[in-house]
Amino acid sequence: MYRYDEFDERFVRERVEQFSDQVARRLDGSLTEDEFKPLRLKNGVYLQLHAYMLRIAIPYGTLSSRQLRQLALIGERYDRGYGHFTTRTNLQFNWPKLRDVPEILGLLADVEMHCIQTSGNCIRNVTADHFAGIARDEIEDPRPTAELIRQWSSQHPEFSYLPRKFKIAVTGAEQDRAVIKAHDIGLRIRRHPDTHETCYEVSVGGGLGRTPMIGKVVRDYLPKADLLAYLEAIMRVYNLEGRRDNKYKARVKILVHETGLEEFTRRVEAEFAELDGPSINADPAEVSRIAAYFAPPTYRALPERSTALETARAGNPDFDRWVEVNTTAHKQPGYAAITISLKPVGEAPGDATSEQMRLVADLAEEFSFSEIRVTHAQNLVLPHVKLSDLFAIWRRLGEAGLSSANIGLITDIIACPGLDYCALATARSIPIAQAIARRFAEDTRQKEIGELNIKISGCINACGHHHVGHIGILGLEKRGIESYQITLGGDATQDAAIGEILVPGLAAEEVPDAIERIVAVYLEQRQAGESFIENVRRLGLAPFKAAFLELDRAA
Amino acid sequence: MLLDRNGPASDSWTHSDGAAIGNIPLALVPWEALPEALANRVPGQQIGVVVPGSLAIAEIEALLPELALIAIGFPAYSDGRGFSLARRLRRAGFTGRLRASGPLIVDQFAYALFCGFDEIALPASSAGRQPAEQWQRALSHVGARYQRGYGDGGNILDQRRAKRLAQAAG
Repeated sequence: MYRYDEFDERFVRERVEQFSDQVARRLDGSLTEDEFKPLRLKNGVYLQLHAYMLRIAIPYGTLSSRQLRQLALIGERYDRGYGHFTTRTNLQFNWPKLRDVPEILGLLADVEMHCIQTSGNCIRNVTADHFAGIARDEIEDPRPTAELIRQWSSQHPEFSYLPRKFKIAVTGAEQDRAVIKAHDIGLRIRRHPDTHETCYEVSVGGGLGRTPMIGKVVRDYLPKADLLAYLEAIMRVYNLEGRRDNKYKARVKILVHETGLEEFTRRVEAEFAELDGPSINADPAEVSRIAAYFAPPTYRALPERSTALETARAGNPDFDRWVEVNTTAHKQPGYAAITISLKPVGEAPGDATSEQMRLVADLAEEFSFSEIRVTHAQNLVLPHVKLSDLFAIWRRLGEAGLSSANIGLITDIIACPGLDYCALATARSIPIAQAIARRFAEDTRQKEIGELNIKISGCINACGHHHVGHIGILGLEKRGIESYQITLGGDATQDAAIGEILVPGLAAEEVPDAIERIVAVYLEQRQAGESFIENVRRLGLAPFKAAFLELDRAA
Repeated sequence: MLLDRNGPASDSWTHSDGAAIGNIPLALVPWEALPEALANRVPGQQIGVVVPGSLAIAEIEALLPELALIAIGFPAYSDGRGFSLARRLRRAGFTGRLRASGPLIVDQFAYALFCGFDEIALPASSAGRQPAEQWQRALSHVGARYQRGYGDGGNILDQRRAKRLAQAAG
């Protein structure tokens, strides 16, 4: 994991002092509320429905045990004993007091954390593949790139007052687990076919929100050394030319769309050509310095298989199932990555209590080199676990209600906080997720259905990624009543796609039945081995629509 | 109120609504009036221009050697175009004074200096609430930055590099 040096440490401490000064200037009237707002947002402080909300950055979703314990402490001392992991792999506390915020920022700085740029019209927390450094399909670890971008984007003198927010994600694997095509900039590390050097494929203009778009490739093979200069070129074109007349048309995706990919690319390349790369890019020694922090931990040489694990699996069907669903193959023989589900049936997706955070921190310390990852699907990962330790970990997770075996299945639902917390929401998300999870709670049924991503947003801003859910649910408000739109066929992977509307408006209590109906069509029509999304791609929406028409006629 | 990195400064430029600049020694004219003002210029007279943040660099590039001051208008503190235009003007070789003109906030002072501005011209409504000492104090909250090429020295990447070289040497 990356560790702060003296410069990072001083930088973050300065931000705490700076924010304290900003709060003081707001309180004495030097700053208007309007002027203070972007400053507090850039420090992660939102004003929500019932209280302030504090959003803590977890850069590329990586945490140490020490950091997670500190988050548990903050949750206990300044909040109500729990926190919410978000689709940007951040952690939100929903009930802190504004006067406590500078103190919380100090506690975060103590463990090399901050809330910088978790909101506001600036470059947000950079995300990456949660299986970085461990996935077998990885070409190169994306974390050094993500850390370089984290530093470069922090308090950028030129790009802190952008037309709108700006999100960057990085993956270094064949399978995209970081949703890079739904980001303002998505970077994919790949090998050049001729030189075999690792390069970046650069996509721009993806995004969800009210105008969902899939990112478009502006550079197929960017030499890695040119990264910061190329990012500067993209950002400068966007900062100067992005629309500022209408905040709903201000994201870079609209600029790319309205300018056209070819012309946008031409402008970026023209700007890039003007730049003096060597005076902007990080020098190779700096890149190596960062990369060294992400060297693999000292694994033990182990056989590919573990007899202890196989015996435990054979003797315990629940454990067997959990291993099948919640663990991922590791580069290193004899190890696995565990995904800890924060989606127990009936709970708010992505929430964890301080006690649970401490348990996960302890387990990471004992079994996973003190490292934890947060996934964009709002779960936690213990990245490097010996196969022979899985059973002990599973039992301890079970005692804390954290052993749900549902990763990637129908009850592993992404949901934003929705109208229960959020000032922007038009409908509730959490109760919908809970109702669906209860309906499909039974393990054998979930297993039979297989991989199916449901994603729920409580408003058009799409924090719950509904556009790229296999089944997407969007909560709207129609004449004072919550109404839910269902989309089908979205995909968050390398085959990224925006879902199409299947049903325009359902009452909250009708949603579980609607999901049931969709699933029934799939189970009836699927071919052997065909997943839900493959089935939707093959059949299109028609049979699913037909099922809803029948329902209407019957009623 | 006019501020530079040393504190409050006096503005020796005279705003002119059009190109009728007579023999004003330091004449600041609107962008639209610039060609005519340059044509009217008398020997020894210096010309400055007020431009919008949306100005394309290509439109002004050829005129840069004629200008002693460019004031980039910020319609609102939240409109960051001026930062990028300043960078492009400096890159194009403009060596005169660069002024950020508009309701900026204290917290943008360091950014403006790093992007190549020399001074900030604040409207009275902002200046009244944000006295000069707040602007100076805000600078002290912004030390080394991560970005290379913004302002003189002091960036973290180059400091790390210097440290590495010193260690290797010593």
